[in-house]
Amino acid sequence: MSTTAHPSAAATSYWETEPHHHPEGASTSLGFWVYLMSDCLMFAVLFAVFGVLGQSYAAGPGPKVLFDLTLVAINTAFLLVSSITFGFAMLAMYEGRQSRMQVWLAITLFFGLAFLAVELYEFHHLIEVGAGPQRSAFLSSFFALVGTHGLHVTFGSIWLVTMMVQIHRKGLIPANQRRMNCLSMFWHFLDVIWIGVFTFVYLLGMI
Amino acid sequence: MSTHSIEPHSHHEGASHDGHDHGSYKSYITGFVLSVILTAIPFALVMTGGLESRALTAVIVIAFAVVQILVHMVYFLHMNSRSDEGWTMMSMIFTVVVVVIMLAGSLWVMYHLNTNMMPQMDHNQMQGFGS
Amino acid sequence: MATIDHSTTFLLGRLNWSAVPTDPIVLVTFVVVAIGGAAALGALTYYRLWGYLWKEWFTSVDHKKIGIMYIILAIIMLVRGFADAVMMRIQQVWAFNGSEGYLNAHHYDQIFTAHGVIMIFFVAMPFVTGLMNYVVPLQIGARDVSFPFLNNFSFWMTVGGAVLVMASLFVGEFAQTGWLAFPPLSGLGYSPWVGVDYYIWGLQVAGVGTTLSGINLLVTIIKMRAPGMTLMRMPVFTWTSLCTNILIVASFPVLTMTLILLTLDRYVGTNFFTSELGGNSMMYINLIWIWGHPEVYILILPLFGVFSEVTSTFCGKRLFGYSSMVYATVCITVLSYIVWLHHFFTMGSGASVNAFFGITTMIISVPTGAKIFNWLFTMYQGRVRYDLPMMWTVAFMLTFTVGGMTGVLLAVPPADFVLHNSLFLIAHFHNVIIGGVLFGCFAAIAYWWPKAFGFKLNVFWGKVSFWCWVVGFWAAFMPLYVLGLMGVTRRMRVFDDPDLRIWFIIAALGAALIAMGIAAFFIQIGVSIWKRKENPDLSGDPWDGRTLEWATSSPPPAYNFAFTPVVHGLDAWAEMKQEGQKRPKAAFMPIHMPRYTGTGVILAGLSTVCGFALVWYIWWLAALSFLGIIVVAIAHTFNYDRDYYVPVEEVSAVEGERDLQLAKLGA
Repeated sequence: MSTTAHPSAAATSYWETEPHHHPEGASTSLGFWVYLMSDCLMFAVLFAVFGVLGQSYAAGPGPKVLFDLTLVAINTAFLLVSSITFGFAMLAMYEGRQSRMQVWLAITLFFGLAFLAVELYEFHHLIEVGAGPQRSAFLSSFFALVGTHGLHVTFGSIWLVTMMVQIHRKGLIPANQRRMNCLSMFWHFLDVIWIGVFTFVYLLGMI
Repeated sequence: MSTHSIEPHSHHEGASHDGHDHGSYKSYITGFVLSVILTAIPFALVMTGGLESRALTAVIVIAFAVVQILVHMVYFLHMNSRSDEGWTMMSMIFTVVVVVIMLAGSLWVMYHLNTNMMPQMDHNQMQGFGS
Repeated sequence: MATIDHSTTFLLGRLNWSAVPTDPIVLVTFVVVAIGGAAALGALTYYRLWGYLWKEWFTSVDHKKIGIMYIILAIIMLVRGFADAVMMRIQQVWAFNGSEGYLNAHHYDQIFTAHGVIMIFFVAMPFVTGLMNYVVPLQIGARDVSFPFLNNFSFWMTVGGAVLVMASLFVGEFAQTGWLAFPPLSGLGYSPWVGVDYYIWGLQVAGVGTTLSGINLLVTIIKMRAPGMTLMRMPVFTWTSLCTNILIVASFPVLTMTLILLTLDRYVGTNFFTSELGGNSMMYINLIWIWGHPEVYILILPLFGVFSEVTSTFCGKRLFGYSSMVYATVCITVLSYIVWLHHFFTMGSGASVNAFFGITTMIISVPTGAKIFNWLFTMYQGRVRYDLPMMWTVAFMLTFTVGGMTGVLLAVPPADFVLHNSLFLIAHFHNVIIGGVLFGCFAAIAYWWPKAFGFKLNVFWGKVSFWCWVVGFWAAFMPLYVLGLMGVTRRMRVFDDPDLRIWFIIAALGAALIAMGIAAFFIQIGVSIWKRKENPDLSGDPWDGRTLEWATSSPPPAYNFAFTPVVHGLDAWAEMKQEGQKRPKAAFMPIHMPRYTGTGVILAGLSTVCGFALVWYIWWLAALSFLGIIVVAIAHTFNYDRDYYVPVEEVSAVEGERDLQLAKLGA
């Protein structure tokens, strides 16, 4: 291979010699989406376990004795409202209205925490009446599925607080916008999982 | 999570150039209203005692859930076939296929196992959802 | 085994002096490892290498360095895993005629478990991940992976898992359950001490790394390809890597969650897989194989890619049936999700279920067979150069085909009822894993070594290693087929029937040959480094390669390519050479690169400590280190300054040297 100094026609067509612009962080949203897909499979395992073991009451209490659908409906409402308030926060972000966005995020956080509070109350109540995760395979799989979703909401809330601080400090810079996009996907994804939870665990259990 | 990529800087920042959709107040509110309806109906159905046929009630409840998941996908997660050259959609379809295989396969395998290996048990207990 | 003191204290949980093994074999190993380790650490300190290692390697986000570190980890763990294998072989030759052998049951059971866990999770996985890490960005003309920091973190998590598994050798015990830890044996009732907990946390820590690196490489292949490289112009190795990473992302979460449920059974007292209160241990087996079967293809697919690259390079022609190769890979990817039950035909799901999974298993062998034909037709009428990578490839084709065929035998449910858990099965999966994965790794090392280090490997010692491995493999595992057909089951410690002994002796001799193969491999590396001036690769393209990794220097600069290549077809580099392309003389541009960071090491270190604390019920330490993980992770996100530009002067200096190198070669 020789190294003559004349840029030939072939050289220009086989190498990109002009500066080119890729949007920074173009991989981030797809990467995060793929992570969500893998998370989805973790939940799929929990749903499969609940499907197989969900009727193994071991002569213990079943869903009709334990579940309070009013509570579940309230919780579902909390999560659903938090989804739309998060959506409004994102819209405020695209409009560049930072303080409005922070308000919407705070409201979202409030509903997220309210959801967690109700869920903790429910868990506490179940353990109180002797229906803890050790009681039967049904209750083990119930606590694992609902608890894993709750843990995700917890981490989502921690992340949300972190983002609020970061936006407060750095403003709506592209890096923060990217992160907000990921958090938004995460939050809505948890809502989708919750649809599966209230349908398969609570509603079908109560029929 | 803390992610970060190494492409050169761009002068046209913004998220809409690769087919990502932001939604609007209108689309979020549409999605929200649809979700409320799709949640309220199955809850009301079950809380008022359900239909005569338990199986039919279950099918209706599941159908509402499927529609609601689609509504969330479209209005909140802004799924479309354009973002990231369709890879978002592709990866989701693949995931759904794997999830269905895993759920249906596990239920099928374990149901047959229980029927074959524990015939003394009450089979009604061992059936999957909707029974 | 000494009696275990089961009392717990707040400060150290259930860790106390009874955790230090008294078994003489372990003790001697411990002393040897301690002396060797101290010598290694002393040497590093004496030569003041710590700063260099930390700055240039441990904190590196360069995919090439991370890839090399993965492979070093794999080779170290291969030695450990192989030592376990040799111990088993000796025990099984010894324990006849009423002899108990030299290993007690507690020790022997740990050895076969550790052997399986280490070989799969800490040898084969780091090997393929390291190869993909090193080669894929170069093959697609990228400067690094999509998420370089995550890449470093993933690697250190894998190391953390390996550290936990190794720690179990000297502090406590390892699981005695077999490599997949089926309950109820792995439940608290039958495995009350720390063995299974080491297993769980070792795999969980490493599993996080594997999943994240799967996401990373998957997105890299999708998003970072050079302009013009459409999907059907990707090199085959990149294709198989894409499918492998899809499988990783879509199957490791299943393993993670299944192990979490086992953890809950052991730590919280839930009843998922117990035999009481409605638990169902068969559900664990079902779930773990939903991960386990795709895992098999995670291991072998990248090596199919390696064999494809090697075959077309060393036959000097385009791969026969490129698109059929791609479609076969994609078919395997999807089909690998619907065959998992063939691992437990005997569980009792009945004829309909077994028939379905038997048929799907036979179907999945079809695309694999198609690949073998593609390689053969590539060789047909090619000018085959039998360099080391090609030798390994031919050995693979002969060996793997036999392993594949015994696999199809096992896919027949009635036959499986006879052969289930027999040594026939052991022979089968070693036949495909050694003959496929390991031979592939050696082919890949011989093939890409010059790219990574700038000189070729020594051929003589390579051939010694090759012949020892190949002959040793056949001698070690063919007897196991025979024994399996005679009805000998796996994981046996002592034998009554003296007629069996001769076969175990042959197998042990085979293992000895393999040991010589491993020794020759290390000698080969040593000699090659020592005499590196004799076999330099100045061109960057020592094998007359066809894909883009050969278009840059050996070793490549940190930024891989000063100018991004533009792709016009399959085998981009072969086409560039054919068209007589020149290195562009355009003005260099500053290159945007990620900064090195130590955060990955710190996070993985904390995770390892957390895992160790959980194994020993040291709750305060577990809580503290978990909190540490969260705090460090959040603190890391407050660092927005993560990249820099390589200045033009530096690029032109590096490229100028490259010009000189090429000019010297052209002269």
